Amino acid sequence: MAHLATLILLLPLAGFLFVLVNGKRMGERAVGAVATGAVGLSFALSVAAFFSLLGDSSREVTVHLFTWISVGTLHVPAALLMDPLSITMSLFVTGISALIHLYSIGYMHGERDFRKFFLYLNLFVFSMLTLVLANNLVLTFVGWEGVGVCSYWLVSYYFDRDSAASAGKKAFIYNRVGDVGLLVAMFLLFSHLHTLSYLSVFAGAGHLDPTVATLVVLALLLAATGKSAQIPLFNWLPDAMEGPTPVSALIHAATMVTAGVYLLVRMSPVLALSSSGRATIATIGALTAFVAATIATSQRDIKKVLAFSTVSQIGYMVLAVGAGAYSAAIFLMVSHAFFKALLFLGSGSVIHSLHGEQDMRKMGGLSKYLPLTFPTFLIGWLTISGVPPFAGFWAKGDVLTNAYGYSKLLWVLGVLTAVLTAYYMSRLFVLTFRGTERFRELTHGAEPHESPWVMTLPLVVLAALSVLGGGLDLPWVHHASLAGFLGPTFGYVASGPGPTTATQYALGTVDVIAALLGLAAAFAVWRSRSEDPRFERRFLERVWFWDDAYDAVIATPLRAGTEVATTLIEPRVIDGAVSGLAGGVRRSAEGLRKVQSGFVRHYALAMVLGVSVIVVYLVARVG
Amino acid sequence: MHSSLWLSLLLILPLLGAALAGLVRARANASYRVGVAVASLETVLALVVAVLYRSNVPGAGTFDFMGRWVLAAPFGLAYDVALDGISLLMVVLTALVVLVALFGARDTRREGAFVAWLLLLTSFTMGSFLAHDLLEFFIFFELTLVPAYFIVSQWGAAQRARAALKFFVFTFTGSAFLFVGLLYLGLAHQHQTGGALTFSYSALQSTAMSSSTATWLFVAFAIAFAVKSPIWPLHTWSPLAYAEAPTAGSIELSALLAKLGSYGLLRFAVGLLPLAQVHVRPVMLTLAVIGIVYGSALATTTPDLKRLVAYSSLAQMGFITLGVMTGSKIAMVGAVLLMFNHGVITAGFFLIIGFMERRRGVGVSIRDLSGWQGPAPVLAGLFTVVMMASIGLPGLSGFVSEYLILIGAFATHAWWAVVGALGVVLAALYLLWAYQRVFHGRTSEPIEDATTSERWALVPIVALIVVLGVFPRPVLDRISPSVQQVIEHVAPAGVSK
Repeated sequence: MAHLATLILLLPLAGFLFVLVNGKRMGERAVGAVATGAVGLSFALSVAAFFSLLGDSSREVTVHLFTWISVGTLHVPAALLMDPLSITMSLFVTGISALIHLYSIGYMHGERDFRKFFLYLNLFVFSMLTLVLANNLVLTFVGWEGVGVCSYWLVSYYFDRDSAASAGKKAFIYNRVGDVGLLVAMFLLFSHLHTLSYLSVFAGAGHLDPTVATLVVLALLLAATGKSAQIPLFNWLPDAMEGPTPVSALIHAATMVTAGVYLLVRMSPVLALSSSGRATIATIGALTAFVAATIATSQRDIKKVLAFSTVSQIGYMVLAVGAGAYSAAIFLMVSHAFFKALLFLGSGSVIHSLHGEQDMRKMGGLSKYLPLTFPTFLIGWLTISGVPPFAGFWAKGDVLTNAYGYSKLLWVLGVLTAVLTAYYMSRLFVLTFRGTERFRELTHGAEPHESPWVMTLPLVVLAALSVLGGGLDLPWVHHASLAGFLGPTFGYVASGPGPTTATQYALGTVDVIAALLGLAAAFAVWRSRSEDPRFERRFLERVWFWDDAYDAVIATPLRAGTEVATTLIEPRVIDGAVSGLAGGVRRSAEGLRKVQSGFVRHYALAMVLGVSVIVVYLVARVG
Repeated sequence: MHSSLWLSLLLILPLLGAALAGLVRARANASYRVGVAVASLETVLALVVAVLYRSNVPGAGTFDFMGRWVLAAPFGLAYDVALDGISLLMVVLTALVVLVALFGARDTRREGAFVAWLLLLTSFTMGSFLAHDLLEFFIFFELTLVPAYFIVSQWGAAQRARAALKFFVFTFTGSAFLFVGLLYLGLAHQHQTGGALTFSYSALQSTAMSSSTATWLFVAFAIAFAVKSPIWPLHTWSPLAYAEAPTAGSIELSALLAKLGSYGLLRFAVGLLPLAQVHVRPVMLTLAVIGIVYGSALATTTPDLKRLVAYSSLAQMGFITLGVMTGSKIAMVGAVLLMFNHGVITAGFFLIIGFMERRRGVGVSIRDLSGWQGPAPVLAGLFTVVMMASIGLPGLSGFVSEYLILIGAFATHAWWAVVGALGVVLAALYLLWAYQRVFHGRTSEPIEDATTSERWALVPIVALIVVLGVFPRPVLDRISPSVQQVIEHVAPAGVSK
């Protein structure tokens, strides 16, 4: 097990180092093969580790690699924790990553920095695995920041485009604000429990003061809002769509952005100590899910719709965490990774066929030209819309059922979001694949053609997973499936009696009705048009004026403040005071400077002579 | 205990090198070769000392290589050297930085004199870090001013005269306070013991005094060290001096001379005046976090890359001061590590800015640059590594030190640590902004990528950034016992109040 875990983690790093050292001598194919192979192998080993863990009686294996930092009472080993949660994460992270690596070989063909792209991608997988496999918060933070910096590099991949460069920077800085939350959570835990390894923190969590526990939970939530793009730090994610589409699929949909949810789930024993903290989490999640869904209805860029959809879906996961339904959060996380990666890669295939166009108003009628992209995308669309029997229906249903038990108000918000989700996804589907062909200008009249097999194969695999993913955790085998497997890792949350079977069927029916309602509305509106200001509100298109508000409340005062510092405090106040204080010295020095030989020179000469004498004396004496 | 001869050698080698470089200045390249050879030898010597160092010498605590000779008894003047885990790190930094500066920031104008001043500066800096005697430390501390002044005023940019003078006046004025303070302390000690006048570090540590005397002495010491570091608000000489100095001068000023300030604060102000802690701690911590926020905020607006690094250094020195002053062992170990890491990182920054000036002329404004990543990807990559280390990306060296400071400070002074943690966001803000302006975007100019020798100059820097980020243990293990010794001396007084 120890060797397996180490290899799972190190293979992507090995791929990175190999390409870094030998890349100049390697062709595109070789680079792609090495990078994809390393991650694929890591996935295969994760599967092996999964079965090995199933056979293990303790299901909690710590693998010590080396001691990283050790000062006083602070001991931070580089050590891994293999348990059901981390193995589940590493399975889907490596699996999806391998597929997207494969896809990228086709998508990135002929790009200027092809090699660098795969370098970043492998480094990203390594960081993501560090994040999920770490046995302590500090090492998780290493991965946490590592994925952040890879995201920065990959978003600003087309660095000669100003919008891409700015988007990368924005992503990094928003994430950093969240990171302060994770830092503070660590500081709080360390100063009260004197340890940062997960298992010892959980063992000692009972000794935490309730106020401290709530502060820790809120700090963790801040961290999660940064990384997982939740209110109030959600608006970097849509900008991050400036990155190449495989990056959007891998980092900004399937894996990295769910890290915040993972962190909260991982810390569930601490979450269990603060009901007000969990209520805040649930509220933030439900609000984000709803707000982002409203915004998604009015975006025209296909990737922006998907980006806001991701924000909204992660909102569901956060809601689930707050409601104490940790396995539902992970269930949705895994299914979402399947269908959202599918949708992004599918949209990438569409964009590829239209020479880079992302505006849905210039698409339409593509179904007959993309024989593989179309049916797989159709599956993705039905899955995210919550139509049974696809994975999304089961996973979202699991979340909403738990939300219903937790708070009726948040459940209503969740159902409204479900209607909106079906609506905006159907709008996207109709505008892209149905209706009139509006792309002829882009393709100069030619017909768009399907992508190569390296791109369509991942689509087929992901579509299959989206169809079958619900099988991970069907309601009637709840305890023999994902929930049962993960259960022991979660902190105890007192819960009332679960919903009755009748309630479950009723709630499921509501979900289906919500999905159909959204679908019908979208078809009614968008079958016959490609834009309409009545259904695309400026308020929504401009993201509830969120960026403008931050500009006015934070950026402008900051600029004004630094302006005052540069023009007034620095030269007038400080220099003025100092030169006033040191006035005598200064005047005499300046007076003396006017004498040609200069006070400084004489001083210097005297000092040098003096020290030479001392040194000669010394050498004589010591020698 | 090892012989103090090792340390004397560290002191004398660059002195001889300076003399030799001056003598051979007429021959082309000769003084440059002398400089690089001497600096390499000095680096090897420093590393040998680092390997030999033992932190458990009987009777000397964590000090090794001790040796003391009284030179002029009536004045209390002595040559007294010793090395502990803290000064060890500074010694290695001193040798390494001068090597990198000489090799990577070569200045061929009157090269003999330039090399001689740099080596002289190395020797004086070594002396300051090795001194185990307050007066001796002061003399070396003052002596460093001379070569630094000439390097800035003779080889600097357009406003070099003004920059050098401002630097000199600030530092010299600050030192006056230190001088008065140390005389008072020495005389007080003599008065108590009735023996000879001495400034020996271990002797002065046992000086009895009231806490108000200690506080006044601390203030006097701290002014000198605050100017040198710099600590807000005595920093205003530094942006000008860093910007106007030649590249090697900026490196020496920010990577080394600044550390004399924080080293002095830790060793002498904190180490000799434990009774002052209770009174000065809140003030010093507040100045430290103001420095972090203020320096970072100003770094976001300046269009000059060297000034940006200067303001960034103000913020970093704020972190160091925070670590030194909290009284937490973890934070103090972090502060000592950050002294080293900041030295390495900032040397990297100024080297790369120097490379950019070679291509675009002195006084590079961020506003005039764009798109360098296209034609110069290696240069961009090297800058990225240094930048990420400075931002505190885990896995690189800056993170370990910053993290230790903040987590240590949080346990004793939570709010200061939280404000300090905001510096983590701000650092990303100004550095990524600068990176975007310089390296992202487009350019039509043919910019030459990093040359082979430029790459070599950055190899030790990048290597240290990565190695100390992943495997800081050997260094931490050497710092910890010495910091423990300082804490043990300070803590009882701090607690009893």
